[in-house]
Amino acid sequence: MDNILDVRNLSVSFKTFFGEVEAVRDISFTVGRKQTVAIVGESGCGKSVTANSIMQLLPMPPAFFKSGKILFKGEDLLKRTDKQMEEVRSSQISMVFQDPMTSLNPTMKIGSQIVEGIQKHKNLSRRDAKKKAIEMLELVAVPEPEKRVNQYPHEFSGGMRQRVMIALAMVSNPELLIADEPTTALDVTVQAQILEIMKDIQEQMGMSIILITHDLGIVADMSDKVLVMYAGQILEEGLTREIYKNPKHPYTIKLLESVPRLDMARNESLHSIEGTPPDLYIPPKGCSFFDRCEFALKVCKDYMPQFHQHNKTHKSRCWLNHPMAKGK
Amino acid sequence: MKKYLLKRFFMSIITLWAIVTITFFLMHSVPGNPFAKEGKMPPTVYQNLQRKYGLDKPKSEQYVIYLKNLLRGDFGDSMKSRVETVNDMIERGFPISAYLGVEALLIALVFGPVLGALAALFQNKVPDYISMIIAIIGISVPSFIMGTVFIQFIAKNVSWIPIGGWGEFRHTILPAIALSLMPLAYIARLMRSSMLEVLGQDYIKTAKSKGLSKSTVILKHAVRNAILPIVSVLGTLISNLLVGSFVIEKIFGIPGLGAFFVNSIVSRDYTLIMGTTIFYSIILIIMLLLVDISYVLIDPRIRLTKEGR
Repeated sequence: MDNILDVRNLSVSFKTFFGEVEAVRDISFTVGRKQTVAIVGESGCGKSVTANSIMQLLPMPPAFFKSGKILFKGEDLLKRTDKQMEEVRSSQISMVFQDPMTSLNPTMKIGSQIVEGIQKHKNLSRRDAKKKAIEMLELVAVPEPEKRVNQYPHEFSGGMRQRVMIALAMVSNPELLIADEPTTALDVTVQAQILEIMKDIQEQMGMSIILITHDLGIVADMSDKVLVMYAGQILEEGLTREIYKNPKHPYTIKLLESVPRLDMARNESLHSIEGTPPDLYIPPKGCSFFDRCEFALKVCKDYMPQFHQHNKTHKSRCWLNHPMAKGK
Repeated sequence: MKKYLLKRFFMSIITLWAIVTITFFLMHSVPGNPFAKEGKMPPTVYQNLQRKYGLDKPKSEQYVIYLKNLLRGDFGDSMKSRVETVNDMIERGFPISAYLGVEALLIALVFGPVLGALAALFQNKVPDYISMIIAIIGISVPSFIMGTVFIQFIAKNVSWIPIGGWGEFRHTILPAIALSLMPLAYIARLMRSSMLEVLGQDYIKTAKSKGLSKSTVILKHAVRNAILPIVSVLGTLISNLLVGSFVIEKIFGIPGLGAFFVNSIVSRDYTLIMGTTIFYSIILIIMLLLVDISYVLIDPRIRLTKEGR
């Protein structure tokens, strides 16, 4: 399987009045063709910044790329100018955002918003583009698409709007779809539908997906590979099965424990991870999870652990995984 | 829509009636009367004048008479001008003030949003500072200073721009600019903040993610949404511009409507006070209605329901 996306040593920071915030710190990962990669982690861990970096949708300034490469089909996207990025967006990489309620222009008809995206990359007449827009709405199972194209976003429910967003993202058959918490703002029953639609479209069109979420529940049936992010770093990476069956990093273990389960005892309270993530104005010298980790060692405080490769696909960044800590 | 307009029409009538009534009794409750200041006047002359204008009758009767005349569209005789009725004065002054006002409005509507949008797009950069300096000058420097500065530095140096007077287009240039500065600055500031807000919205990011060019994103997605708050202040702004400015018209010697508003009060010209007040109210009410209607056209989220709201 060759890789469509290869992120190498990416660091992204924000310049603020109080200093530099290191939102993403030296992350590397790959996305294979037709693969679904989930990035999980709690709020503020750098998931969205990573996603927006690939599309280069971060406001710059204050954001800036400190180092690294984002290789898309072998070409470094960070070397492209703004103008050159416009050709990549939507036609090759597209994105679905978190909040469908605010992601569509309230004063434009749904149809026009889709047509606009179609016409940017395809030389189609307005009428043909509209026909295509209706087809796209059909693809995401919006009922009565002929009527719906002429309506405004406020006439759509949240779930329907997110379908429109997916239709919008898929208009030019992109090779990579980035879904930034696509179901977070939706209620649970609608979440499942949206994920189902994404999976269906992936089967039909064969694109790769980067699924960003803090909900480990949806990761299991969607993704092939999971990246666990924390405080701007990747702490563990592995195939979905490996992450669920055999988590190696204490943070991953804790995250999995905090997913509510049906087989939990009645009086058992929900698990949570004590404490808050570190301040990224002054990133910790050692392991970023040190403060909250119940297995923390002395070495964790001052020395950043390196990745330990468990097998070809599974690696984690924890001193406990170091060969010399085998006793644990 | 029809039902809504009908409803608005009746509400406007009630509003106007309230304005007429309040103004009428407030005006009469102020000490003095139109003829009190004209020095010594033989008592018989004074009484004849009072009788001529019906001021000797009880207030309630005067009010009823006034309302009756008003229903026929008659504002009555001016108590100061012996030759013109109030209708004459408004008919003479309004076109002039309105002409100037429309010119000023166009200037403000073209440059205000542009300045504001530029300021927002280049936030905290040179264009932002320049347009905000213009805005601050426009808001804080009173129009009579602006007017005199224009006369001193432009009219005196450019031969084809007159210092004052009325008649040709060139007469309107300086007063229209001076008149436009306040609304222009106001619109620019409003546009800047509204544009900044819109630019931070998610749908702008969506538009960018579609691969649209920067200019399309700004013109098609940002500006249209950013302009909404400006539409809502236009009603008052336009009415104020149309009825003219006392100061600007005085400085440039323009025979517009503006002077009547101030002079009528100073001289207690009862009929003229009523006339100008009612006239301004009518324009304001019409403008606010137009703004509400245009809002419906611009923002699809605001639709009048079939029940007529």
